[in-house]
Amino acid sequence: MQQTDSSRSGPSGERSGPALSLSHAAKTFGPVVALADGTVDIRAGEIHALVGENGAGKSTLVKILAGLHHPDSGDFRVGGESVQFRNVGDSKAAGISVIYQEPTLFPDLSVAENIFVGRQPKGRFGLISKATMVREAGLLFERLGVPIDPTRTAEGLSIADQQIIEIAKAISLDAKVLVMDEPTAALSGVEVERLFAVARSLRDKGTGILFISHRFDEVFDLCDRITVMRDGRYIATHRTADVTVAEIVREMVGRDIEALFPKTVAEIGDTVLKVDGLSRAGVFRDISFDVRAGEIVALAGLVGAGRTEVARAVFGIDPYDAGKISFRGSTLKPRDPQAAITAGMGFVPEDRRKQGLVMNLSVARNITLTLRNKLATAGLINGAAERRAAQEWSKRLQVKAGSQEHAVSTLSGGNQQKVVLAKWLAMDPHLLIIDEPTRGIDVGTKSEVHRLISDLAGRGIAILMISSELPEVLGMADRVLVMREGRITAELDRAGANPESVMHAATSSSGGTP
Amino acid sequence: MSSALDHKKPATTAAPGGARGAAASLLRLRELPVIIALALLVLVTYLVNPLFLTPQGVKDLLLNATIVMILAAGQTLLIITRNIDLSVGSMLGLVAFGTGSIFSAMPDLPIFAVFVIGMAFGALLGAVNGFLVTAAKVPALVITLGTLYVFRGLNNAWAGGKQYFAGDRPDAFGALSVDTVLGFPIITLVAILVVAAVAVYMAGTRPGRDLYAIGSDPDAATAFGIKVSKRVFLAFLANGALAGLAGVLYASRFNSVGATTGTGMELTVVAAAVVGGVAIFGGSGTVTGAALGALLLTTITSSLTALRVDKFWQQAIVGVLILTAIIIDRVASLRTAKKLRISEARNV
Repeated sequence: MQQTDSSRSGPSGERSGPALSLSHAAKTFGPVVALADGTVDIRAGEIHALVGENGAGKSTLVKILAGLHHPDSGDFRVGGESVQFRNVGDSKAAGISVIYQEPTLFPDLSVAENIFVGRQPKGRFGLISKATMVREAGLLFERLGVPIDPTRTAEGLSIADQQIIEIAKAISLDAKVLVMDEPTAALSGVEVERLFAVARSLRDKGTGILFISHRFDEVFDLCDRITVMRDGRYIATHRTADVTVAEIVREMVGRDIEALFPKTVAEIGDTVLKVDGLSRAGVFRDISFDVRAGEIVALAGLVGAGRTEVARAVFGIDPYDAGKISFRGSTLKPRDPQAAITAGMGFVPEDRRKQGLVMNLSVARNITLTLRNKLATAGLINGAAERRAAQEWSKRLQVKAGSQEHAVSTLSGGNQQKVVLAKWLAMDPHLLIIDEPTRGIDVGTKSEVHRLISDLAGRGIAILMISSELPEVLGMADRVLVMREGRITAELDRAGANPESVMHAATSSSGGTP
Repeated sequence: MSSALDHKKPATTAAPGGARGAAASLLRLRELPVIIALALLVLVTYLVNPLFLTPQGVKDLLLNATIVMILAAGQTLLIITRNIDLSVGSMLGLVAFGTGSIFSAMPDLPIFAVFVIGMAFGALLGAVNGFLVTAAKVPALVITLGTLYVFRGLNNAWAGGKQYFAGDRPDAFGALSVDTVLGFPIITLVAILVVAAVAVYMAGTRPGRDLYAIGSDPDAATAFGIKVSKRVFLAFLANGALAGLAGVLYASRFNSVGATTGTGMELTVVAAAVVGGVAIFGGSGTVTGAALGALLLTTITSSLTALRVDKFWQQAIVGVLILTAIIIDRVASLRTAKKLRISEARNV
């Protein structure tokens, strides 16, 4: 492991030693290695960026800092002392506050009470003094320079305000280290500036801040040092002044795209899906693309770029304001998933447990869900026909289930995904939209799912695949559409798509070079 | 407090409070609809039938509300945490019959001791509910539906056809429901004390506020380190103790106690809480509101009698009230949400 921390003993003016340091922390969940080498040190009075692709292990690292996960190994020190957090309370007591992208406040409680839950100031007779609580909350907001009424309930607050409340809470807890996990993802420009002003003034008071973001302009604007992670491992730490965006991107993606996901060559046929100028206010804008038979088109980009929303609109789940969707030559009605299914479109959602499967039903029932009209005689489903159809499809997809009659919930993630695929394949679709095909699936089964998708394309099915995993995108796709903040920022063919070009289109602001 | 973090910019915090703030917070009061409804009901009834508000009439109204008020106070503790206890009627029945048995077996026992025994018995029954709900992690609705029948079954087995009458109990015990202090029957004062104590606990103590946090978002409460199971268990225990108190008072107030005492009461209690502005999904509402809800529901019965409305209409009217309460609540929260969105948009 190369260590390029150019400032560890440098002459920089930062205060004292690390407020927090995590060295070589590892965390596995069964066969899945979520974090192989989590290493980061945060000094008092600095803003430290943590960057990496989706799945680089940043979230796991944050959860370790927050006390939600317990590392299997590694050294974790706060203020020089070795610590082992049993729960969130331990982490808080050690002076660590974590602010998530979407904070969880108590909607029915007042803003002031949300700040002081469990440690409300007491007044006469040992009872909570609401007046003191409101006054102190007001003082906190005053210092932060934000106008939030401490007496209102938290319900209906904007995400930006919710984050400010979390920051106020952190200040009142006297946090030494503030971890901000993608805080700007849901904020507008003005809100981001306000947040940055608050972060800088906290830094100047000696708080160590860990800032996680995908937006390089923000990272370079705000942070003093940058730590890069890749594939669950620490790669390097740099002083912001000493590196360029290009160098950081290279370290984030710098890996050989393994020949793990070979897409077999398929004959590309006629255009199956044509999307023209699709827009939905505040979600996505002017989306145009097409997908042809036998082709795999990947929608790449960061989480929250609007990819799933486009897919849902195409399938008719969500509405759109403008634009046209043609499917196999005829216009598709908006907001009518049933019509999309009838026309031969299938949708494998990202969250298969909630949206793709009926977890308590048997494997057989799940596979034949889309077929129930074909299998019915006089409105009653023919049990034997159902079993036959299910048998055939789970054999073709090699679903590993103890029995067709077992509940889907007993299968592994990869096999559940195969059941979802089987469900759609059984109705012989012309287009399959697959959202994050291998999320939460272990490495072994991953390649099986990839082989399967590749097979489908080989049979002439058009595939629109949404994926946040760069190797998957680059290995599988014939064409890559990159989305950023609701727009398509690049269309790359197989030859032109490489880690740098995709990451660049997904992260750099307003299409320009960073 | 933490190290001062002074900001260069002058404060722009929206100043709450002031006269308009006070008026606004009055309008925001969740109990307001039930107060208005109660005032209207009493006023209209009084105008039609002035006898409605004689000292005796008022005393009857209060007496009728007393037991439901105590049960509603206990139920509020639970509903605020997104739980419920449907077995209160059965618990009340068991304790009321137990009170009759004790006095019949030991007529010289001090009245105070009977209260202690009754509340301890109720607390034990409540602890059974609390244990089942927190240990089995099954929704309270189902658990307490089960214990509703179990407790009632025990009562049936214990009582058989037997009933105890007021004559079996000391006169001083019955006098609690007859004698008044400052116009209030003694048992009503007990109920008011209970409501006040629960109100202070829920508004002014950290464990009390934890109950709101739990009901507002149980997962967030767990993540926050709030001892959810412990708080919920203790709420069930307290609710049981209050049902026990109500059971003893029931034996003082009413002539006979037997196998069917308190049957069906749980629905009146839940209705009282809901009408009083306690959100059925937890997180908001007050015990004062629930107590007022109890007063409203029991007053309607007397009102309809005073207005010579057919008694059969009574239940339909209670039902309409519940629906109205829920609709008012829903509309109010939608309006608040809309207002907040608009003011937010302006801020940006």
